[in-house]
Amino acid sequence: MPSSPTLYRGHEGMWMWIVHRATGVAVFFFLLVHVLDTALVRISPAAYNQVIGSYKTPLFGLVEAGLVAAIVLHAFNGLRIIAVDQWTWALRHQKLLVWIVWGIFVVLMAGFLPRHLGHVFGGA
Amino acid sequence: MSAPELTRPLPRTRKRVTPALRWWWIFQRVSGVVLVALIFTHLFYNLVLGDGVSQIDFGFVAGKWAAPLWQWWDFTMLILAMLHGMNGMGYLINDYARSKRSRGVLHLLLGAATAVIIVLGTLVIFTFDPCPTGANPQDLNVPLCQELGKL
Repeated sequence: MPSSPTLYRGHEGMWMWIVHRATGVAVFFFLLVHVLDTALVRISPAAYNQVIGSYKTPLFGLVEAGLVAAIVLHAFNGLRIIAVDQWTWALRHQKLLVWIVWGIFVVLMAGFLPRHLGHVFGGA
Repeated sequence: MSAPELTRPLPRTRKRVTPALRWWWIFQRVSGVVLVALIFTHLFYNLVLGDGVSQIDFGFVAGKWAAPLWQWWDFTMLILAMLHGMNGMGYLINDYARSKRSRGVLHLLLGAATAVIIVLGTLVIFTFDPCPTGANPQDLNVPLCQELGKL
């Protein structure tokens, strides 16, 4: 790796910057849809149950899993950004913190996915 | 392909940090931390506990919103998440919108969408009727409606 700095700071931090933006946009648009689908409870119980029923299909189940993944990444990377802004130690070790974010992500998703996909694909 | 090298720090941009920008910068961080707690609880309660996504229907929502705690929980999440999302999307608009005009239009759309969703969501949470007349009891939370004397 060249030691001279470049315009593109690159490496883990740059990729997390992209991940943070992409997941943020995805979660924002889901949030709009999520408030609208929940608003169906004011139209009629049957309408809400019908639309929410589609959330339980395999396709939507997978989309939900992706959404939870996006939220987990955005949440823990956001905490990393705060830490890096706040403490010199975190600034020095921001790359290590990136890998800690991915570690937490893997652990949480490993806990969530079997349970969620069990509900979506039947069985559990 | 190598990236252009940076031999000395880039000159400071002329953009001034106004009090409003500073306020939003702080808000983004504070709301972010609070949202982590609120949303992880929301996801855990709705998608992990009980029957997960299979349990979610009108009766489930009615059961939750019978408790003011969940009403205020969801209201706080709604407000903080929408403002946090609006501010975040605003950063992207400022970064990527090419012209002053498109930037203005996009900010306007963003503000309008945020206002509509916040007002709609708030009304839904606080005007919710768990047992609307004429509804098929199959779609309702029967124990709750019996307790309320509406079934």
